[in-house]
Amino acid sequence: MATATHQLDALISQEYKHGFVTDLETDTIPRGLNEDVVRLISAKKNEPAFMLEWRLAAYRHWLTMTAPEWAHVHYPPIDYQEISYYSAPKSKKDGPKSLDEVDPELLRTYEKLGIPLKEREILAGVVAVDAVFDSVSVGTTFKKKLGEMGIIFCSFSEAVQEHPELVRQYLGSVVPSGDNFYAALNSAVFSDGSFVYIPKGVRCPMELSTYFRINAQNTGQFERTLIIAEEGAYVSYLEGCTAPMRDENQLHAAVVELIALDNARIKYSTVQNWYPGDKEGKGGIYNFVTKRGDCRGANSHISWTQVETGSAITWKYPSVILRGDNSVGEFYSVALTNNRQQADTGTKMIHIGKNTRSTIVSKGISAGRGQNAYRGLVKVLKSADGARNYTQCDSLLLGDRCGAHTFPYIEVKNPTAKVEHEATTSRIGEDQMFYCLQRGISAEDAVSMIVNGFCKEVFKELPMEFAVEAQKLLGVSLEGSVG
Amino acid sequence: MLKVKNLQAKIDGKEILRGVDLEVKAGEVHAIMGPNGSGKSTLAQVLAGRETYEVTGGTVEYDGNDLLELAPEERARAGLFLAFQYPVEIPGVSNVYLLKAALNAVRKHRGEPELDAMDFLALVKDRMKLVEISQEFLYRAVNEGFSGGEKKRNEILQMAVLEPRLAILDETDSGLDIDAMKIVANGVNSLRSPDRAIIMVTHYQRLLDYIVPDFVHVLSDGRIVKSGGRELALELEERGYSWLEGGSESAAQSGARAGGGSHV
Repeated sequence: MATATHQLDALISQEYKHGFVTDLETDTIPRGLNEDVVRLISAKKNEPAFMLEWRLAAYRHWLTMTAPEWAHVHYPPIDYQEISYYSAPKSKKDGPKSLDEVDPELLRTYEKLGIPLKEREILAGVVAVDAVFDSVSVGTTFKKKLGEMGIIFCSFSEAVQEHPELVRQYLGSVVPSGDNFYAALNSAVFSDGSFVYIPKGVRCPMELSTYFRINAQNTGQFERTLIIAEEGAYVSYLEGCTAPMRDENQLHAAVVELIALDNARIKYSTVQNWYPGDKEGKGGIYNFVTKRGDCRGANSHISWTQVETGSAITWKYPSVILRGDNSVGEFYSVALTNNRQQADTGTKMIHIGKNTRSTIVSKGISAGRGQNAYRGLVKVLKSADGARNYTQCDSLLLGDRCGAHTFPYIEVKNPTAKVEHEATTSRIGEDQMFYCLQRGISAEDAVSMIVNGFCKEVFKELPMEFAVEAQKLLGVSLEGSVG
Repeated sequence: MLKVKNLQAKIDGKEILRGVDLEVKAGEVHAIMGPNGSGKSTLAQVLAGRETYEVTGGTVEYDGNDLLELAPEERARAGLFLAFQYPVEIPGVSNVYLLKAALNAVRKHRGEPELDAMDFLALVKDRMKLVEISQEFLYRAVNEGFSGGEKKRNEILQMAVLEPRLAILDETDSGLDIDAMKIVANGVNSLRSPDRAIIMVTHYQRLLDYIVPDFVHVLSDGRIVKSGGRELALELEERGYSWLEGGSESAAQSGARAGGGSHV
């Protein structure tokens, strides 16, 4: 076991690949938060009055709230006056109108990250990309083609300008501005994000994708994503994230709202690889995110798939409100914590409609001194006749200094409901390692094979390109953890 | 091919091998027999490089090189194969995936190009006939939910694909019914060749009816106490291991051995 442990350790300690900083001229407002800052952000975005009012209400509510302390994560208190709430790459005009106007340095950054931003380069591909750099969205590809089908895929700021009625109707309708501490903060200061609208009966012909990157120092990133699928619509949406390596912690508090009307389906996939901090736990992103989907219509379907390998601390519970009869909610998650990373993640499935079904598959991998907690709520209301839930929560431990924790909450108020919960905890066994080694497979490949096998049920839910990336990411994030 | 001299090994401070001598040449099939706890499986595991055992003395030469210097994966790539007594389950990893990773690791070591998916599948399908395994078997997770017989057949399939120079079969007959044993034995027999050696570790002589060895060794209390030809196994069957153990101390020791011999 000793040697195998060393191999695992060596494997885990690989460096973060996306840790470079892009040198850009930015328009960053001074640190600190007050009503004037909220007004300034709204003014910079040239927002209509209803948006400013909404932000201010959120801000005033936020002042009355305190940060949640129930999660199984530990960090020093955050000084919200030390953060800058808006940073944008400076452009010569009011904002980039096309990709040609985007700072070439920024485009090179995205190239480095492997994001195909230029439309002509990705015409052969199937992904439309919106990229959010610090606080603003820098280019949405394929807009024209999607527009012909009535699909709106643009930055949130643009949606506020071009489709204020949709924003007004749906913003905050799933995650109210005062929902929780971080959601309230986001509602007050969010600067951009992505907006998707799929009209009735339209099946979005390509994967829509957003890439988030935090670049500037001492800034928080507060993006907001709103996806609306009208009756019978379908969309698959991908989200990826990276950040430079910095010694101080950076806050990322996003809100994502999904709305699925009758017979609509939304598939939302995340590969989160924010900078996790160094081996001693210095630096890294605090990823405090509120994601919630509302199956508002009958037979609607929302599924969340997430692969969380980055961030110093992750606090997120992508949830589904199963309001429509026969609606379906799914949550597939792989969360990996290595070194000093902490994750408290899971989901909430709220069954309201009749015959609603939910599936939860959570795979937690802990290595180094990583702490991984699954926290999930399955709530069946009185109205939810015939509701069914299946929950499976598996934890894999690499080494003996890490931890895995499971906090399942089940509240059932309807006697016809069926709720199943299964949980396992295992360790990569010395016997599994030896078996692979004896077949000539290196320790590194063996661990990656065993871990990928462990995550298979989740990976098969990811779109192909993402699944490959997720597998590689797991390999990289585990470097040094063979034990 | 393999020269074991005065090999000693222990686990958790307990001595298991107390000076094993064994020489195996290419083309030969050797059977190592012995009572439970005599060190048979330990010998197999030590030769394969399992790190839970500590080698405390002796030498092992394999194709002229010091085997004990090599890491387990290096031994495997150099053609040493261990068919496990208890093959390990790896959930979510398909049999075919493991097999391909293993074969390509071995080929890379030999300086051969990796096989592409088509050639690989053709090879595997060909070898599957040896152990009478159906194709859906390939896409199941490694050993997960396999019956005892399927696990053992899977080990022999891996052997057939990896084409080792030296194969060590650890209790390959245990847990097999007679039909499964015949299939496994046929598989092994078809892999006998002039440049391949096989060491079979077994408690019962039954397997030797189907895979006929050139040499039989009896391991007792961590040493090879008797070697001979095929007929030695038959004699053992008739007279029992106590015939070689020297009755007086056997009762006291068998208790201690049972404790030391159960780690596989």
